[in-house]
Amino acid sequence: MTFSKRHLLGIEPLSPPEITTLLDLADRYAERERTTDKHATALAGMTQINMFFENSTRTQASFEIAGKRLGADVMNMAMQTSSVKKGETLIDTALTLNAMHPDLLVVRHPHSGAVNLLAEKVNCAVLNAGDGRHEHPTQALLDALTIRRRKGRLHRLNIAICGDIAHSRVARSNILLLGKMENRVKLIGPPTLMPAGVADWGVEVYDDMARGLEGADVVMMLRLQRERMDGGFIPSEREYYHRYGLDAEKLACAKEDAIVMHPGPMNRGVEIDGTIADDINRSVIQEQVEMGVAVRMAAMDLLAQNLAAERAAHA
Amino acid sequence: MTTLLENARLIDPEADSDAPGWLLISDGVIAGIGTGSPEGIEARTRIDCNGQALAPGIIDIGVKTCEPGERHKESIRTAGLAAAAGGVTTMVTRPDTTPALDTPEVLAFVRRRGAEVARVRMLPMAALTKGRAGAEMTEIGFLMDAGAVAFTDCDHVVRNPKVLARAMTYARSLGALIIAHPQDPDLSAGAAVTSGKFASLRGLPAVSPMAERMGLERDLALVEMTRARYHADQITAAASLPALARAKQAGLDVTAGVSIHHLTLNEFDVGDYRTFFKVKPPLRPEDDRMAMVEAVHDGQIDIISSMHTPQDEESKRLPFEVAASGAVALETLLPAAMRLYHAGQLTLPQLFRAMALNPARRLGLPSGRLAQGAPADLVLFDPDAPFVLDRSRLRSKSKNTPFDGMRMEGRVSLTVVAGETVYDRSAP
Repeated sequence: MTFSKRHLLGIEPLSPPEITTLLDLADRYAERERTTDKHATALAGMTQINMFFENSTRTQASFEIAGKRLGADVMNMAMQTSSVKKGETLIDTALTLNAMHPDLLVVRHPHSGAVNLLAEKVNCAVLNAGDGRHEHPTQALLDALTIRRRKGRLHRLNIAICGDIAHSRVARSNILLLGKMENRVKLIGPPTLMPAGVADWGVEVYDDMARGLEGADVVMMLRLQRERMDGGFIPSEREYYHRYGLDAEKLACAKEDAIVMHPGPMNRGVEIDGTIADDINRSVIQEQVEMGVAVRMAAMDLLAQNLAAERAAHA
Repeated sequence: MTTLLENARLIDPEADSDAPGWLLISDGVIAGIGTGSPEGIEARTRIDCNGQALAPGIIDIGVKTCEPGERHKESIRTAGLAAAAGGVTTMVTRPDTTPALDTPEVLAFVRRRGAEVARVRMLPMAALTKGRAGAEMTEIGFLMDAGAVAFTDCDHVVRNPKVLARAMTYARSLGALIIAHPQDPDLSAGAAVTSGKFASLRGLPAVSPMAERMGLERDLALVEMTRARYHADQITAAASLPALARAKQAGLDVTAGVSIHHLTLNEFDVGDYRTFFKVKPPLRPEDDRMAMVEAVHDGQIDIISSMHTPQDEESKRLPFEVAASGAVALETLLPAAMRLYHAGQLTLPQLFRAMALNPARRLGLPSGRLAQGAPADLVLFDPDAPFVLDRSRLRSKSKNTPFDGMRMEGRVSLTVVAGETVYDRSAP
């Protein structure tokens, strides 16, 4: 087996063979998900706890369904209303949960690095469901799986990532993954939404949408993260839409068969035109959601296997 | 009562010399000093230094003792123990206590505590503005009478230039020294690391080193206007150096310091969100670190300090961006400085110029020198002695050191304050 990690904290520590192993397994789960026999037993008898310190509907539902289809006992903790509000620290919360012997912890947190910190304190497998502006590995993996299925490969593609790169953990994980798999990655957005030092990431940076989209096989749009902004990054949403919103005219600069992706939830009319988002010939946004469940099943399956092997070695 | 230290390697920052010799202590002062072996010198106690380095004790500007207000993190007594073990003979303490040290009454309390329980000399600094709030100046005159050696709001930048200009003008008339933390407070708001590739990959809120230069340029313009005595507590970015050089060339009464962490660590040390490496200002890129070492070498940066900032585990075991800033350093200042010595970047006299002589001069103290008649505040250390730092053995109440588990060289054998031994490594 070529997937040797104990946790899935980010794309950064993964090797290309590990990414391929995970995607191959996810592909099989994706096929199975389309049949009537959806249920597997990889996580039978295991306990999965979803800890979301930040509101999420889509990702949490996706992890919950993935866990249930693999036979795990899934519990959702609404951290927004829990003892965290009463002043309990992240580590105390982690230790409390750890004492209940979970096998898989799925964590989303508003602070970068918080999931790494938590992973140091527990003895189960931890999956990062998004930490601050740092990483969102399962999103990058589901994007990769979607691309691979649509384009038939995951290397030597021309991929444009557009919009609010600075505040996006999705962008970071995608840049890392697509770079590891040897693709040409182009970032497009206003300079105020580009992270500092981005030119050293092995990507091309554009502030002009038309030039950046030239020859793109894949166009990834990002959500404008209004909740993470402390003001003054863009003059207005209408100017942003005019210059960086994906409409038919701008999309025409990409390759004719380019696919359009978006991690959701979308701000229609801000970063993407509604008709493009709904165009079944170009948009793969619904397929991304579908692949999300498959990728999360694969990730939890692999981590559970490693966990079981580790426990057997210590028994 | 006389003590003779013989067979020592004398580190004299004033003469910029490093030579074998001896030193005689009598009645708390240096009574004699000479090269080679002491011929015909009588002393009640003789100490064989075995060729170890003997230097003026470190004068550390910017120590946080956490007293009053945060005694669970540190106290004047424990900070004094750490200082003695680290070869620091004078702690110049910060007023960022709770409440802020901004009245002569609180200052008198802190001074009294220092005299009673600190094993080394302790000189308090006072706040420049009331409550360090940046609105009204403190009673600078009364505070000086009570023993304040300098005035600083620490990491709170006085935002309003008018308030700072008035405080500077008033301080000027009293000859008071103002110490500031040069930083543009708006540009650096919320930042946890220095901006760049690393910060962006880690997804952490970041600030450009340019914020430091902006803060410094503003302060220096006000110094030019008011002619105040000014010291920048920490210059950590290469971009700040031209402004500093210009001010010095123009004859302004300006000096600058840097913390030992900014001389020995860089932004990558934060690694996987290690909060013990979170300091203020944040650690810089390697180019900046090298430029700061160079600036200390050239004398452009005058003073090296520990910026000793105790933080308990609860303040540090948090996600990086919300964890507290600061590191304890009284005990690691000397061994960390030895890294620069062993790397061939700074000589021992140069290091002690920045750690003892210059701080003494800036504060008008008679110590910091190896000279007849100077106070016998001394540190004897082996610059080559290797060890692995174990944070649990630090004397500070808080153990937040970035050097935990690291291999270091340089161990203090003996610390002497006014002729009295305050730390002896060989003693049980």
